[in-house]
Amino acid sequence: MAAQSALARAFDSDLWWSFKRSPVTVVSAIVALACILGAVLAPWIAPHNPFDLASLNLIDAFKPPAWTGDGDATYPLGTDDQGRDVLSAIMYGARVSLLVGICAVLFATILGIAIGLVAGYVGGTVDSVLMRIADIQLTFPSILIALLIDGIVRAALPREVHDRVALFVVIFAIGISAWPAFARTVRGSTLVERNKEYVLAARVIGVSPLRIMASHVLPNVLGPVLVIATLGLGGAILTEATLSFLGVGVPPTQPSLGTLIRIGNDFLFSGEWWITIFPGVALIAMVLSVNLLGDWLRDALNPKLR
Amino acid sequence: MFAFIISRILQALPVMLVVALISFAMFAYVGDPVSIMLGQDYTEAQRAALVAELGLDQPFFVQFARFVGNALQGEFGLSYRLSRPVAQLIAERAPATLELAFCAAALALLVGVPMGVYTGLYRNAWLSRFFLTFSLIGVSLPTFLIGILLILVFSVWLGWLPSFGRGDVVDLGWWSTGLLTWSGIKALILPSITLGLFQLTLIMRLVRAEMLEVLRTDYIKFARARGLPNRAVHFGHALKNTLVPVITIAGLQLGGIIAFAIVTETVFQWPGMGLLFIQSVGAADIPVMAAYLLLIALVFVTINLIVDLLYYAVDPRIRSGFGAARGGH
Repeated sequence: MAAQSALARAFDSDLWWSFKRSPVTVVSAIVALACILGAVLAPWIAPHNPFDLASLNLIDAFKPPAWTGDGDATYPLGTDDQGRDVLSAIMYGARVSLLVGICAVLFATILGIAIGLVAGYVGGTVDSVLMRIADIQLTFPSILIALLIDGIVRAALPREVHDRVALFVVIFAIGISAWPAFARTVRGSTLVERNKEYVLAARVIGVSPLRIMASHVLPNVLGPVLVIATLGLGGAILTEATLSFLGVGVPPTQPSLGTLIRIGNDFLFSGEWWITIFPGVALIAMVLSVNLLGDWLRDALNPKLR
Repeated sequence: MFAFIISRILQALPVMLVVALISFAMFAYVGDPVSIMLGQDYTEAQRAALVAELGLDQPFFVQFARFVGNALQGEFGLSYRLSRPVAQLIAERAPATLELAFCAAALALLVGVPMGVYTGLYRNAWLSRFFLTFSLIGVSLPTFLIGILLILVFSVWLGWLPSFGRGDVVDLGWWSTGLLTWSGIKALILPSITLGLFQLTLIMRLVRAEMLEVLRTDYIKFARARGLPNRAVHFGHALKNTLVPVITIAGLQLGGIIAFAIVTETVFQWPGMGLLFIQSVGAADIPVMAAYLLLIALVFVTINLIVDLLYYAVDPRIRSGFGAARGGH
């Protein structure tokens, strides 16, 4: 009953109304949903299992897409050098890309919120030191910072340990490279909220600063964070793809879309373009749809633009 | 002017020191240079001797000061991977990267600004719509995919342009340039487009937005009312006033160009610093990584400084603002 009324309320909201009115947003939501479903359900709906070595057959290698003359209907987007189905590899690769992207954004969000709240609420020297660090980091492109962190960890850990934790290293590296945007926004909103009466009231009755930050200020600064997180997701997926393309991202045993593009790149000259182009198209579809959704969310949540 | 420069340099120094500290910490705590240099068999006495020789038994800040002193003289030690002086490696690779970055930046500015002016002036022309759609592609495609697509079309399918390397280079002693040979120029085209496309679209959209803003102002109406020719209004009044944000973004994007040169150089196997860096990351070659980090930081800080100075030259309000602040003391 309660769920039903919540659903009814959701369909009655301004957000839903502005969503329906924008065809671009609806299309990108459908594309994003298709990407996410394809990635999450890959083990059940993918036509083949690209990691099952027993099912691979080198006779099937380098098959072009099904609609070309030499194609095979069981491999709709063709096969790669080892006879893996490109469509299935993309679905499994999108899983890794999405997983890394979402975890990295979550990590950056939590770190950014914590630092932003402390900087905005405590103020003074703490604030200026934290924001100075954020400023310095913002002068460097995030891809460079992610590369550097990845390189340091790679040097610090022995190879076999590194391969095991490589996925977390990438998440950590991208997360660290993205926190200043969150921290700055949260700090800005916190500075405004800090002087409002409800915070003052909470302080007067002796609520601890930690509790004020977490349960009073935080809920009121979350709106912009949601927008940055959505836009940041596209960026994080791209950063991961770039790192993996450069060969320093996720380990080869868990190929992401970027890894697939790197592998396919070697076969570009022998004419097997589909091995690299289709993962590229999947990556663009995913990132573009997420970015467009983020743009829409930013405009829809900003009452000034209505 | 002089006081302005000094104050900006003083602001940049802490940033460089922090970056130097990070590089030094990488040197000092990641991996074990002593055991790498000694190899498999050594006695404790040999180890202790080497530690003393390298100064690793000194206090942290003494070591750090020495590191900074060496870095100032361009001394970064030997690459673990190639066993050659890092400074020499970087000096060999620098011309390739700088030429690529310069061409990409020139492309972005020389094409992006006119496109932005055009789309701002003729908002509804079909060419403007085409430019805008095209810019959307430039913004949403990742750098490495643009490179791959360009290679696929112009190298594999059409066979017009080379897909890797620098072509023939002319050695000028301290600088090797690809700009003096036909094959070198041909080899520069695809990488420059790949690297500059994002910045090009960004600059175009920015100039367009600023033009639209400026064209609405009163002084433009007044200039028109005075009967000035369109050309004077558009370029003398409107474009000039869009330049402050364009300079900021273009300057900051120059940093982006250098960062993404890593990606472009990997796609095109361009023998520059970015390729060197990525190979060093893969091989955990700390001295090269530390040196590259310091160098890039220096480039970024310098770019920021130049952007600030350009502001000062372009926007008289900043000049008078700074003068007033100084006068008040």
